[in-house]
Amino acid sequence: MSGCMRQEPDGARADYNFAYLDEQTKRMIRRAILKGLAIPGYQVPFASREMPMPYGWGTGGVQVSAAVMVPEDRFKVIDQGADDTTNAVSIRAFFERTAGVATTTRTREASVIQTRHRIPEEPLREGQILVYQVPIPEPLRFLEPRESETRKLHALEDYGLMHVKLYEDIARHGHIATAYDYPVRVEARYVMDPSPIPKFDTPKLADCPAIQLFGAGREQRIHALPPYTRVVPLDFEDHPFEASKPDHPCGLCGATDSYLDEVIVDDAGGRIFVCSDTDHCEARRDSGHVGEDTA
Amino acid sequence: MSAHAEMTPLLSVRGVSKRYGAQIGCADMSFDLYPGEVMGIVGESGSGKSTLLACLAGHLRPDTGSVLFDTRADGLRDTVRMSEPERRMMSRTDWAFVHQNPRDGLRMAVSAGGNVGERLMAVGARNYGDIRRSAVDWLDRVEIDTGRIDDRPSTFSGGMQQRLQIARNLVTGPRLVFMDEPTGGLDVSVQARLLDLLRGLVRDMGLSAIIVTHDLAVVRLLADRLMVMKSGCVVEAGLTDQVLDDPQHAYTQLLVSSVLQV
Repeated sequence: MSGCMRQEPDGARADYNFAYLDEQTKRMIRRAILKGLAIPGYQVPFASREMPMPYGWGTGGVQVSAAVMVPEDRFKVIDQGADDTTNAVSIRAFFERTAGVATTTRTREASVIQTRHRIPEEPLREGQILVYQVPIPEPLRFLEPRESETRKLHALEDYGLMHVKLYEDIARHGHIATAYDYPVRVEARYVMDPSPIPKFDTPKLADCPAIQLFGAGREQRIHALPPYTRVVPLDFEDHPFEASKPDHPCGLCGATDSYLDEVIVDDAGGRIFVCSDTDHCEARRDSGHVGEDTA
Repeated sequence: MSAHAEMTPLLSVRGVSKRYGAQIGCADMSFDLYPGEVMGIVGESGSGKSTLLACLAGHLRPDTGSVLFDTRADGLRDTVRMSEPERRMMSRTDWAFVHQNPRDGLRMAVSAGGNVGERLMAVGARNYGDIRRSAVDWLDRVEIDTGRIDDRPSTFSGGMQQRLQIARNLVTGPRLVFMDEPTGGLDVSVQARLLDLLRGLVRDMGLSAIIVTHDLAVVRLLADRLMVMKSGCVVEAGLTDQVLDDPQHAYTQLLVSSVLQV
């Protein structure tokens, strides 16, 4: 069987093709990605493959990463901002073994970044690719259960329903309570689900120099934002969009402008707020920043 | 009806037919509806009333014929041959459709206010305060306690749901309302209240309406003109009182005499 293998960089397992997927599958996924880039925000169907991990663990993101990866890439995986959680560690190890690519935890050094639920704090640059793991790519799904109908609504730009959802938020909570997965309009055309990133990250989608790719494995959809795309969050004139975060500085590095996680530290109700982006936090601490909860 | 001679009809139906395979839905229907006029369509189950209504409202595409609607911008246009986005725009602005079962016409998981506001948001309203004010105004007009604006329709009674559906449809100020058995499934006292409300709204707003029903009392109260359908064809048409008081066709005579007198 080893005759079928096309490339085997140092360190990759010889019994897998480069980056796990076979070349025909990668070709199919690349076509979907190119179509997605050509029509920003449009959900392109693709023949999602079974991956050696359960649905919901990033099967879509992994397939997109595998399709865009080249041996020279340096790969980073983020899980809720962190580089050291199960999902991030396993996916990083997966590509170390099946592609033999170099990996990193530093946003600046990475060329391909697969992410679950966060956009790095450090601004992305041209030449980088950010791959999102998407659970449900259809922004209208919970308002309109029929796929045939949601496709028609997208085709006809019939997006009044999205505002009904925001209206319901304000009616019930007094403000737009959608805190993550905030619906956005891409290039004044498609309404897009940005995957469950916090509202705080939504403005970073717009005008980003990096390529942003979204892969939903179970739902078999890929959508994409080419560099420097116009992305506008939906809102009301009298209830405008607001990127929100906990009103604290980071307990470890003192950053006031990064997205924070609330961490419970003992049984007595003690809690600290720390940067969700571990790489950002470490880099700041290395350069001498100190927060008030540093032991 | 000499005034009609100079008026443009709001809706002009010409030779509309719809077949389901060998089965006839409705055959060669033609009539005009003038602004401010309410037309009743009665007939037994399976006579093609609902098929006809669906063809007129753009839910079904008729096999032959045309449905001309007097649009605000371009005058008479054939809605059958309009593009889908145009037809959808029409059904959100100038048309309204009241379903027999309010569950078909409402979003049950969305609050009453959201239901009323949906059409406004669909045509571009982006000011929460304004949308909210229209919703309150319309709930008041259909006699729903405005304190229930944030309750879901699933907590409403059948009569309230039907009134909410009417509010949701009329909020964009349509000119033509299609109603499919609007009082079906409601008890008689609630029916009477709903009819009263509908009659008031139709007269106040100068609406034109097409009401499909098998309840002769409904057409007696609401409709100016009446068409009686049987097996997909019109067997008798005329002024409501004339048709009901002096039915000519055997089927109409049967229909009128079948109403139980209390």
